[in-house]
Amino acid sequence: MKITSIEALKQHRKKVQEAVNAYTCRILVCSGNGCMATGAQKIYDELSRLTADMMQVEVEMQKDLPHVGTLKTGCQGICEYGPLVRIEPYDYQYVKVQVEDCKEIIEETVKNGRPVTRLFHKDGEEVYEHPMDIPFLKKQTRIVLENCGNIDAESIDEYIAAGGFSALAKAIGEMTPEEVVDEVDKSGLRGRGGGGFPAGRKWKQVLRQEEKERYIVCNGDEGDPGAFMDGSVMEGDPYKLIEGMLIAGYAVSAENGYIYVRAEYPLSVKRLKHAMAQLEEYGLLGENILGSGFNFHLHLNRGAGAFVCGEGSALTASIEGKRGMPRVKPPRTVEKGLWEKPTVLNNVETYANVPKIILKGADWFRTIGTEGSPGTKTFSITGAIANTGLIEVPMGTTLREIIYDIGGGLKGDAKFKGVQIGGPSGGCLVDKHLDQPLDFDSVKKFNAIMGSGGLVVMDENTCMVEVARFFMGFTQRESCGKCGPCRIGTKRMLEILEKIVDGKGRMEDLDKLKETADFVRARSLCGLGKSAPLPVISTLDTFRDEYIEHIQEKKCRAHVCKALKNYVIDPDKCKGCTKCARNCPVNAISGNKKEAHVIDTAKCIKCGNCMNNCSFDAISIQ
Amino acid sequence: MIHLTIDGIPVEVEKGTTILQAAKQAGITIPTLCYIEDLLPDGSCRMCVVEVTNNGRSKIDTACTLQVSEGDEVQTMSEKVIDSRKKTLDLLLSDHNVHCFSCEANGDCKLQDLCFEYGLEETSYEGEMTSLPKDESNKFFSYDPSLCILCHRCVNTCTEIVGRAAIDTMERGFQSVIGAAPEKVWAEGTCESCGNCVQACPTGALSMKRRKKYRAYQVDKVVRTTCPHCATGCQMDLIVKDGKIVDVKGADGPSNRGLLCVKGRSGSFDFVDHKTRIRHPLIKNKETGEFEQATWDEALDLVASKFSEIKTNYGGDALAGFACSRSTNEDIYMLQKMVRAAFGSNNTDNCARV
Repeated sequence: MKITSIEALKQHRKKVQEAVNAYTCRILVCSGNGCMATGAQKIYDELSRLTADMMQVEVEMQKDLPHVGTLKTGCQGICEYGPLVRIEPYDYQYVKVQVEDCKEIIEETVKNGRPVTRLFHKDGEEVYEHPMDIPFLKKQTRIVLENCGNIDAESIDEYIAAGGFSALAKAIGEMTPEEVVDEVDKSGLRGRGGGGFPAGRKWKQVLRQEEKERYIVCNGDEGDPGAFMDGSVMEGDPYKLIEGMLIAGYAVSAENGYIYVRAEYPLSVKRLKHAMAQLEEYGLLGENILGSGFNFHLHLNRGAGAFVCGEGSALTASIEGKRGMPRVKPPRTVEKGLWEKPTVLNNVETYANVPKIILKGADWFRTIGTEGSPGTKTFSITGAIANTGLIEVPMGTTLREIIYDIGGGLKGDAKFKGVQIGGPSGGCLVDKHLDQPLDFDSVKKFNAIMGSGGLVVMDENTCMVEVARFFMGFTQRESCGKCGPCRIGTKRMLEILEKIVDGKGRMEDLDKLKETADFVRARSLCGLGKSAPLPVISTLDTFRDEYIEHIQEKKCRAHVCKALKNYVIDPDKCKGCTKCARNCPVNAISGNKKEAHVIDTAKCIKCGNCMNNCSFDAISIQ
Repeated sequence: MIHLTIDGIPVEVEKGTTILQAAKQAGITIPTLCYIEDLLPDGSCRMCVVEVTNNGRSKIDTACTLQVSEGDEVQTMSEKVIDSRKKTLDLLLSDHNVHCFSCEANGDCKLQDLCFEYGLEETSYEGEMTSLPKDESNKFFSYDPSLCILCHRCVNTCTEIVGRAAIDTMERGFQSVIGAAPEKVWAEGTCESCGNCVQACPTGALSMKRRKKYRAYQVDKVVRTTCPHCATGCQMDLIVKDGKIVDVKGADGPSNRGLLCVKGRSGSFDFVDHKTRIRHPLIKNKETGEFEQATWDEALDLVASKFSEIKTNYGGDALAGFACSRSTNEDIYMLQKMVRAAFGSNNTDNCARV
């Protein structure tokens, strides 16, 4: 079926809205990555099996039985408590649902409208029936994620019923390309991929080029460890991303678009392919879209797992089939990007913001967020936090609100130590930054970057030297090898950090580390190298005492660095049961039965077996 | 036109000119390792950094990529610039096998020259060095990763200038190395062994196997000549040491712009001093069946008399002349002249069909 005009789109929306409203009960099973990992597919299959009969009955024989639809939605947000199931119209949010619970859900809720109280989310005495009661969701502002978790991520009709493609219809039907670009420019939308370059300005530059063959490219190569925002959008609401790209294509007169997805996101690839096929079937991709004469073809490229391909010129090189290596600029991507043609390159979240801006206007968008960074930002919060998950908050929200109000504070009420923002290219925010509003400009001032929005929360059990070593290891492996400062500089920094966590560091190593970090930051060719030293620079700045402790006292206060751990038996507590000695794989523990045992630190390989096996709590790390 | 000063010298250049190009116009040399003229700058070696001040703001950037702006004050040897170059060299040196004594490129190595110029005797870093083995798979040249500074001149030459794209950077991070897909082995790719990558290499990482032992400073003379193979007329420099040709390099001629093909580079001088080369006329002794040394007069008289004999007995068409493609045009012209005028035959040709 082709939707060949704006009027036909309206008619179709009416039809599918009626169909959606016809459901007396909808079971929404979260099929975001987190929930899929904890068994959502089984829940979905079971619920589908249990409701299959009911649908059959409803359709063919008894009209009075409920008409039930079981849908797979995108990420519902509170990943910590998956698998998640939401039941409409009651708006019950069930958490940690198991296959065994499905029958009860059907019997109680679907058939009789009664809640299964034990499946509600609980926090102490507090029980939350509805998703929006849960503080984690209540405090968010969802624009990009508005459909994620609410519609079937594999049904274009649901997207249309929820108002999908009306922004595209408005752009094509009521606005000139220049007006679209102006609206995006006025909205102040900044690229959500990390740098925060104004999207409208980028589009304007492409529109100005003499070359008429242009491309729209979407960066979906979310490579930061701990980041899953873009993946969630591609999985949960692929249509919104595509609608944003279609509007961009119309705005800068591009006829071809490319989505570059990391191959490690098979679900994103699958959902995007599915969505693209549906759009093509409806004529919303292809020639003469909505009868306007606007043509747009979309292509999907899978990345091969290189972090550097998140960099613009490396990404376009990779699409062209070349090795993903950044090149020098100028010429910039807006002048000579993909296939050396003017190219709009934005990331997933940026495009996903566009439909709402076109629909509700730039002024509306500017009411959200801060003056310099309007709109919202999605973050994935992970690490030592009570509620890990995917959130969307207005720009300018403080770290305290994110961590404590939404994230529910630290796991086990541990003491907050820091947050790694922006992944391996980012920096570490600490106590003093907790009440600072977060936006593109403020974060830069703290020696960090917004990045794509990964937040890894760290508590007192985290060793900051080890964190710096971990991230340096990552960027070192992911360096493309083109320029010396990044290829060799990150290696030398990594080696110094390895020495320090191994207890072999010297004080002068810190100066060399800082000198190298500053040099790599200043002289690297591309953004990867320039930002690679940030974890080192920011931890050296804030946690210098921990570095010094590692070097001078050979001590890791978080007891993370293996070489600096010393297992000691308290002779007063040791009963001489010999259990530790029997469990030591290298025979490093000696002592007679019923007498206090001793660990030979020279032999000890610090595996921790002895401590785990001691029944008297006599072994500790010093 | 854009006006700027470089080291205090006023320069006027067109918009879009890079600082490196402008400096060249002003006669100022900025050191580079990866730069290849006419190509989009690679920008990877970071050696060509300069300090640019404009409107009271100053920055350090690479001269090969930075385009001139009106009023730029460029310093090519400021303290910060020298410091940056030293640090760049320090890092490169920390992953470079510095056994220069045994390196063929000793005295002909840009990295060595720059370290000497900037006073770097050794690296200040400790740490791992590339330990990959030397790739000897190509018949004509070898690649030693421990000497490679990954300036990508070889890759850019092969891809952008030669157009073969046989090699590229393989692996990532510190493990990065130049090689051919799929398994990094040079000989397994699409390489035609033209060796232009070897000539582009600023260090000893890429080295011709047939190159006879010599140091750059031991060269007696360089003789510019035309490649003896096909009709392209590539210009080449023969490197002569102790009266013998020890190497050949592509020269910047109008038809080859410094490039050579595998025949020009690897098959155009070995025969000069080859032990089986015939250096005197030889006439076969009918008694013994052995060739014996003769004078030119004896040899030419013998050949002329035999030609005349055939012509008298069987007519001119019984004779033909076939010229070697390695001969010069003038020699070939003379040969066909002799065939037509002296033999009285049109049976003449040449094998120049490469």
